[in-house]
Amino acid sequence: MGAIVKVLAITQLLASQPNAAAVAAFVQSHDFPIVEGPKVTFCYAGANLDGVNLKSWIYGLPNSQPLVQVPNTPLWYRTLDIPPLSRVEYKFEIVRDGHGHWIEDPLNPNRATDPFGANSVVHAEGYVVPEWTQADPEVRSGTLEPWTIPSEAFGEVRRLLVYKPARFRKTRRYPCLFVHDGYDYVRYANLKTVLDNLIHRLEIPSVVVALSTSPNRLKEYADDARHARFVTEEVFPELESKLPLIKKPAGRCLMGASFGAVAALSTAVRYPGFYGRLLLQSGSFAFSDIGWQNKRGPVFDPVIKFMNRFRSNPTPVAERMFLSCGMHESLIYENRSIVPMLQAAGIELKYVEARDGHNWENWRDRLREGLSWLFPGPLRMVYE
Amino acid sequence: MRGALLGPQRSRNCISEVFQSFLHRKTGRAAVITAGWQERESQDGEIRAQIGWNCVNLHLYRRTELLFSTDEELGSAHRARQDQLRLMQEFYRFRLERTFEAALDIERKTEGSVMHDEERQISMEQIRRLDADHLARCKESWRAFEVEVQLAERPSVGRHREEIQAILSDCDVVVIAGGHVAALLNRLRLFGMGTLLQPLPLIAWSAGAMATGGQVVLFHETPPEGVGVSEILDQGLGLHQGIVPLPDPRMRLKLEDPLRVGWLARRYEPLRCVALDHGEWIRFDDDSWSIGHGSVELLPDGRILRSWAQS
Repeated sequence: MGAIVKVLAITQLLASQPNAAAVAAFVQSHDFPIVEGPKVTFCYAGANLDGVNLKSWIYGLPNSQPLVQVPNTPLWYRTLDIPPLSRVEYKFEIVRDGHGHWIEDPLNPNRATDPFGANSVVHAEGYVVPEWTQADPEVRSGTLEPWTIPSEAFGEVRRLLVYKPARFRKTRRYPCLFVHDGYDYVRYANLKTVLDNLIHRLEIPSVVVALSTSPNRLKEYADDARHARFVTEEVFPELESKLPLIKKPAGRCLMGASFGAVAALSTAVRYPGFYGRLLLQSGSFAFSDIGWQNKRGPVFDPVIKFMNRFRSNPTPVAERMFLSCGMHESLIYENRSIVPMLQAAGIELKYVEARDGHNWENWRDRLREGLSWLFPGPLRMVYE
Repeated sequence: MRGALLGPQRSRNCISEVFQSFLHRKTGRAAVITAGWQERESQDGEIRAQIGWNCVNLHLYRRTELLFSTDEELGSAHRARQDQLRLMQEFYRFRLERTFEAALDIERKTEGSVMHDEERQISMEQIRRLDADHLARCKESWRAFEVEVQLAERPSVGRHREEIQAILSDCDVVVIAGGHVAALLNRLRLFGMGTLLQPLPLIAWSAGAMATGGQVVLFHETPPEGVGVSEILDQGLGLHQGIVPLPDPRMRLKLEDPLRVGWLARRYEPLRCVALDHGEWIRFDDDSWSIGHGSVELLPDGRILRSWAQS
């Protein structure tokens, strides 16, 4: 017997030569985008348009792909092959009177927010939002306290949020994470909820977390000596003097995504022996093999210089490191490239790829693997 | 010594049932140890309600905090030993994981060949040697600590031991709850509970059951990270003999996987690996075991056995 080939919903609709009423019924009776195995059909319903384009950021695919209009109806569609377990963020560009206008997919309730706004999200077959990223009423919540740090490095007062776990006690000693773009991690990657849940499940130990924000991250995170000094000589001493922290490399972790990952790595390189753990997500680790030119723009110039220097003399900057990257982002090349180099330098490395892009929910979904790798919880010790 | 070992009490408790069918008494006085709960040690109201007897908590966790705050030299020596033990455990785990990965590779490569049984035996011997070496180092570390701080003669510790002994002399049973098994074991040993508890019947569950055996085996076959190889933590109090208690198998074991079941069982032979699910319990009288309710033994051939002990 041959395999059963399922006819796509959009194919059936087209075969029926639908009118506007049939299209309206089709829209009413489906969830969008329509996920049928590895095929995903995006649809938009709108009259009097010049065109509709699917805008996504999948490395290897065109950034803009036109939807096709179902004849004599206001329905536009496009079917793509999207592998199982993928998560793809996208928008529609609605072109009317020669002008394009980007919008979220009005037929899709799934959306992800980031500092630039929001995108629609398609969950391919098999992808589910991890339940440990969602608030659990059974879980005791940690606290976020505003702190200020007078910084000589920057010549101004900088603010932080400090996460203290539920049941925080002065008699305990806690590991400490410094999180670049920490405010965004809390807002867009549910970091506080994730910490509460993982601590409650004993998958990580109780930790103290310093959440930072930068007024000029593209400059300060690109191997800036002031930033490394601020974190290492100002923030950590302040935290370690006021909180019961493990004052050893194994208790100190730097974490960041994108340029934040560059900041974490370059800070650890500038202060060898101080940090024992690094959690780096979708690092903007641009480098060149010949010369210093780069096609990513001038903000990457200091990154290229730093990465080229580090690649020429890779050192074990941390005992243990977690590195993750999305397969849909162009940075996958750089991140894959540095894996063997980091391993050869003697770093205990865990590297994870996901079918996702350069976005906060990708970074959220990898937190459990990363944090429990760097700081294994007492799960193995606790038998209730 | 006689006693009962119980599975986790969270979703189905059997404390009342065990008290009735094991002790055959409706009233009495129970010494309770909840040091595995650490800072939550004193939140024992639920246990007291289930036992229904007059209960006295020995507060071993609080005693330790007090002891270390008044005897700083002891506290400092204890922390130093803990730091050393953590590193020893980490290095042992490194060796174990790599040896286990090699064993699995060899298992796959020799599947169906005449070399299979011999290679499997060699792999198992290597793992068992790592276990034995680690256990010996833990014993030596404890012996050295006892000598260094003169634990048996130390007045600050002696005062607590005397108080505990006085309380126990008025009790009919000792109850040890689960929790953090290392925290619990440390406190039990610090106050010499291995000796002090011997005259009393024992009822212990989860970490309590683990800490009171001959050796403490940590296990979780599907952890969020790592390869899920079990490991020896340390020697236990030795109040019961002959089995390795494995509480909460539904969460921590893959009983449906004969390969894993067989490996686990062969690794700790001649001890018998016994899984205790929620609400299950077994009883012992010296080295004789019987089933109170439920439990399974993991067998070397990968099967699990329900009627493993005489009921």
